[in-house]
Amino acid sequence: MSLDKATVAHIATLARIKIPDSDLEHLAGELSQILGWIEQLGEVDTTGVEPMTGVVQMDLPRRADVVTDGNIRDKVLANAPEPAHGFFTVPKVVE
Amino acid sequence: MTETNGSIIEGRTGPWEIVLGLEVHAQVVSNAKLFSGAATEFGAEPNTQVSLVDAAMPGMLPVINDVCVEQAVKTGLGLKAQINKRSVFDRKNYFYADLPAGYQISQYLQPIVGEGTIILDLPDGRTREVGITRLHLEQDAGKSLHDQHPTKTYVDLNRCGVALMEIVSEPDMRSAEEAAAYLRKLRSILRYLGTCDGNMEQGSLRCDVNVSVRRPGEPYGTRCEIKNVNSIRFVSQAIEYEARRQVELLEEGGTVVQETRLFDSGRGVTRSMRSKEHAHDYRYFPDPDLLPLEFDDAYIERIRATMPELPDAKKARFIADYGLSAYDAGVLVAEQETAAYYEALVEGEGGKTRDPKMAANWVIGELFGALNRAGRTIQDSPVSSAELGGLLDLIADDTISGRIAKDVFADMVETGKPAGEIVEAKGLRQVTDSGAIDSMIDEVLSRNADKVAEYKAGKDKLFGFFVGQVMKATGGKANPKLLNERLREKLQ
Amino acid sequence: MAALTDLTMAAALDALSKGEFSARELTEAHIAAVEAARPLNAFITETPDRALAMAEASDTRRRNGEASPMEGLPIAIKDLFCTEGVLTTAGSHILDGFTPPYESTVTTNLWRAGAVMLGKVNMDEFAMGSSNMTSYYGKVENPWRRKGNNRPLVPGGSSGGSATAVAARVALGATGTDTGGSIRQPAAFCGIVGLKPTYGRCSRWGIVAFASSLDQAGPMTRTVRDAAIMLGAMAGHDPKDSTSVNRPVPDYKAALTGDIRGLKVGIPTEYRVDGMPAEIERLWAQGIEWLKAAGAEPVEISLPHTKYALPTYYIIAPAEASSNLARYDGVRFGLREPGDSLDAMYEATRAAGFGTEVKRRVLIGTYVLSAGYYDAYYLKAQRLRSLIARDFTQAFEDVDVILTPSTPNTAFAAGEKMDDPVAMYLNDVFTVPVNLAGLPGISVPAGLSEDGLPLGLQLIGRAFDEETVLKVGEVLETAANFTARPGHQSA
Repeated sequence: MSLDKATVAHIATLARIKIPDSDLEHLAGELSQILGWIEQLGEVDTTGVEPMTGVVQMDLPRRADVVTDGNIRDKVLANAPEPAHGFFTVPKVVE
Repeated sequence: MTETNGSIIEGRTGPWEIVLGLEVHAQVVSNAKLFSGAATEFGAEPNTQVSLVDAAMPGMLPVINDVCVEQAVKTGLGLKAQINKRSVFDRKNYFYADLPAGYQISQYLQPIVGEGTIILDLPDGRTREVGITRLHLEQDAGKSLHDQHPTKTYVDLNRCGVALMEIVSEPDMRSAEEAAAYLRKLRSILRYLGTCDGNMEQGSLRCDVNVSVRRPGEPYGTRCEIKNVNSIRFVSQAIEYEARRQVELLEEGGTVVQETRLFDSGRGVTRSMRSKEHAHDYRYFPDPDLLPLEFDDAYIERIRATMPELPDAKKARFIADYGLSAYDAGVLVAEQETAAYYEALVEGEGGKTRDPKMAANWVIGELFGALNRAGRTIQDSPVSSAELGGLLDLIADDTISGRIAKDVFADMVETGKPAGEIVEAKGLRQVTDSGAIDSMIDEVLSRNADKVAEYKAGKDKLFGFFVGQVMKATGGKANPKLLNERLREKLQ
Repeated sequence: MAALTDLTMAAALDALSKGEFSARELTEAHIAAVEAARPLNAFITETPDRALAMAEASDTRRRNGEASPMEGLPIAIKDLFCTEGVLTTAGSHILDGFTPPYESTVTTNLWRAGAVMLGKVNMDEFAMGSSNMTSYYGKVENPWRRKGNNRPLVPGGSSGGSATAVAARVALGATGTDTGGSIRQPAAFCGIVGLKPTYGRCSRWGIVAFASSLDQAGPMTRTVRDAAIMLGAMAGHDPKDSTSVNRPVPDYKAALTGDIRGLKVGIPTEYRVDGMPAEIERLWAQGIEWLKAAGAEPVEISLPHTKYALPTYYIIAPAEASSNLARYDGVRFGLREPGDSLDAMYEATRAAGFGTEVKRRVLIGTYVLSAGYYDAYYLKAQRLRSLIARDFTQAFEDVDVILTPSTPNTAFAAGEKMDDPVAMYLNDVFTVPVNLAGLPGISVPAGLSEDGLPLGLQLIGRAFDEETVLKVGEVLETAANFTARPGHQSA
């Protein structure tokens, strides 16, 4: 699979990483090289093989419905770049 | 201009059919959030009900809340749906200020609940079955406040991570009325089950509506999704507006673009949400921080055993046992509290039963009217079922007439006094002494000899006049049945 | 007696219990070593005051007869572990100034076991790398040099700071994390022991996530016995991690019996890769002989899907990372670059905050999950993962442990492999399959290359059979008698 500049620009937008136009060409080449190498997986016939998400063989543990957390606003906001009046803030969003 | 006529819109170029599917987000009733131990209560100070997990701090991990799983299964059973003994949590990836992790934990390909059905009770007493496509568990997002600061949006994560059930219907509805009936019925079932409080104002129940139109019999048209319509009335308005918009667009030779639209309740219109037009690609994949959710039949049966009687079953029982009409039964079972009130009223105390039809009329007529006027719910009704029962007993044993009873009821609502006390204090006991009634009839007839003559000449309608005159003379207290009997005899 | 910084954990515990020195003295010696080793750039944050306070508290506990299994041992913590009140960076600019208000479960366990924190050590950014050159805080130098050549070498990665700190006698041990080899490869490059436990053995709570289905914390020490001691303290069930397995933590030291008679050791044919240096091939053969001499029985086995492990890993790990790293968005912690819209702020922050390799992997991960490519890449990789795991399951029907080289090469110089990302990825060819299968693996220093650099051998065990891995590891260690010291060391 060879990625073009437009595709790289699109995935960079999806990933919210600003990539200067001047870097797109180089990046497209690099990513294409990696994907080309990855595509050797196509050699393997995986028909009927179950996909594996994780290796742990047990039931999903469940917690009791008890309030054990919260009321730690100072901790929650302690590292925030621009907190205000108990809120996180971001540049204004127009909906 | 186009006219909407039930499920069909008569356009300039012919009829169009509206096709509707609903996606409802119902907040699960639980103490703690879906994947964290923070509280779910509504209305707390900003960011006080937030754990480090909810704020997606580095290295934080989700652990699922047992009760949220139970609630989803219970709801699935209430929707007569397939319960999937193995389901998977996926990450839905997108960036937004109130989505701290950059993904929402949801269920995509393998939801906890599969296909089910819901029966709509339509206002004319008809019923209609609507398919449920699926129900899955997911996290709610936080809240963005755009109006607090000129250049900033404020973010409160209190809601973030609260468990939601997304309940998706098949595109089986054909009118705003059916969509409203669907929402009412779904809310009723959720409230019976205690899995969602159904409060649309606080956002515990939110609705996205998929609207498309087509020529009757043709394949589905392109649909638009109207987001977050937060009352049943607005759902109806949004559908009416959007369906007409699409018909007009199509009739002018245009095409409907698949998009997300927002209902502007102030202007009663839907408009395109440009901010959501960003090419979305959610990149769902199984959340590697969690394992598949699995349980066995015994688990499902344990939950089934805790299920209350649901509205459909209750309605059928009310019709069968109490001889109620489908409409009355439907109204009485819509809210569990109403049904409980009604049943307590009919079943009475100490094995005494009351006339179910009369009880139904009193609840739906007088009681609902009084509650409406007072802006109260049946849970804090000024007249308890036992008190209303006392009043009905006075009618049943001929102590008072039905008409007088209405005045007594108004007094009960006003003063909170028991019916018997009011009747005694105001001397409202009806006259059942036939001698006394006879003498009053005689007096009325003798005063109106000319009318008696007319009556006897064939003017039957005057019978009512004589009844009214005698009633007036007794202050409304004459036993109507006795009065009728005696009067008829005397006029013979 | 040896210098305090040259002791093993086991020896230090023994001496502490005999009162030969205090935890404070031991810690002071290590703090001095940390300072002396600054040119290696192993530490991002030094915490000498905290170390002294912890050491004093440890001495008090010991006096009160409350000594725990790691009582008074100074260690270094990879900067991927969140430490309450101490800067935690994951080697990334995007976590600028991030001071967690919480402590990871693994470090909590270590402190409860009496260990003392010297500081937070350098690493590849977000644990993505095999050279420690992707760190925002600069590259780390391997304390080893090639014979007759002073060119600095990489310590491997991503736990490069951990490996350097332990090899240079700056810490008695260090925590590492291993997603595709990040404990075992730097351990091999630096001549120390590195153990990646079974997935689910150590809690991931409070460790900055790279690839959640693969990440696992483990000990990096100078001896196998020390690894057993440290793993015992790190491991355990954690209800805050849904993938943490609830089974008892055995006494790993008790497994070190030296008796491996009759044990079957699998030798996978597919690990004889093209272009592997002859000296590594020879070391592997030597390892087989050592185990045979100790009474074990080598068995040729086949792990047929081995060659697909790396490309499989380079789909799964970036896919999970692309999602795990979405939270670094400038809103709640770390770096924020201004932007006149929300998206502009996101894009500027993430462009400035992430380094080249992280961006590359986030983009690859985003791509392989995106609409239209999910089945061809991600789902395909998940199916391959099943096959790779099945290879191991089948092999372990016949053998008790598997012996392989740890890496296909020795430590390289900074810049030697930087131009070709795929060539860099090949460093992990022997370690990655173990992560995909979730198994325990250990790298034990087993010899030196012709140019004088450490070489490691890897042992892979059945799930939750760290005991066999450690037992065989100690037999290898004894046979190899690896006594070489790096050029730079504090002693």
